[in-house]
Amino acid sequence: MSGDHSSSVISAHVRQVEALLEQRGLLDDGEIDRRIDEFAAGGTPANGARVVARAWVDPGFAERLLADANAALGEVGLSMSGGLQEQRLKVVANSATEHHVVVCTLCSCYPIALLGPSPSWYKSEAYRSRVVRDPRGVLREFGVELPAETRLSVWDASAESRYMVLPRRPEGTDALSEAQLAGRVTRKGLIGTALV
Amino acid sequence: MTTGTDRFAPGDRVRTRSLDPAGHTRLPRYARGAVGVIVEPAGSHPLADDRARGRVGSAQTVYHVRFAAADLFGAGDHTVTVELWEDYLTPVEEDAP
Repeated sequence: MSGDHSSSVISAHVRQVEALLEQRGLLDDGEIDRRIDEFAAGGTPANGARVVARAWVDPGFAERLLADANAALGEVGLSMSGGLQEQRLKVVANSATEHHVVVCTLCSCYPIALLGPSPSWYKSEAYRSRVVRDPRGVLREFGVELPAETRLSVWDASAESRYMVLPRRPEGTDALSEAQLAGRVTRKGLIGTALV
Repeated sequence: MTTGTDRFAPGDRVRTRSLDPAGHTRLPRYARGAVGVIVEPAGSHPLADDRARGRVGSAQTVYHVRFAAADLFGAGDHTVTVELWEDYLTPVEEDAP
């Protein structure tokens, strides 16, 4: 597993390449840091929460979101195009019979535009290696106790797609506005390591 | 926009490669040599293994492939859905009726 990115050999290599690109005028001074900052700037779990709240109040939107998430995001003014290329988004919906949880076992792929920077536990080797093998046990450690008959579905972001969980709408929230509903959605709920 | 190769359809059974490559791959070790089911295509991209070696290949379809945990780990009642390039997959012939 590539869990440790602190290798001084790799860091030195990256700095050397960056310096060469700057020398040859292919990169402005500090451009990489600036691009990373721009990419991360709009990313916050509030975006994902807004998508979920819309899906809860608008079944048509929910259907479009599950069928083609990238297209549906445009309806709420969001996109997955913040990086060099648009990333495909796959939204998976929890139900009374199935619970989804997302991981990137190979590194730490994550929908930053919708969820912001990932939490440290998401990048830990413990989470990445254990949740594919024993999701029920890992969820229990997160305080999520699911009925034995609930099917568990783990999604490994091993290629180019990013994933977000559409949690179930909590009971007794019929009177809440869309904005109030968005306030109930947590980052862990969007990864699948918490209920909402 | 590149077009996919689309060799497999949802519901097809596939076996993943068991080879342990010398360099970068996106076929996780736990999912090697296992039989799973195609869920749906997930876009079309050049093989990551080639890109990591500085080779430019043509785009091929990437699929969500679902595995029963018991087939991967020998235990567990959950499923794991992995995103895999077509190159990693070979068809599993259905038994004749």
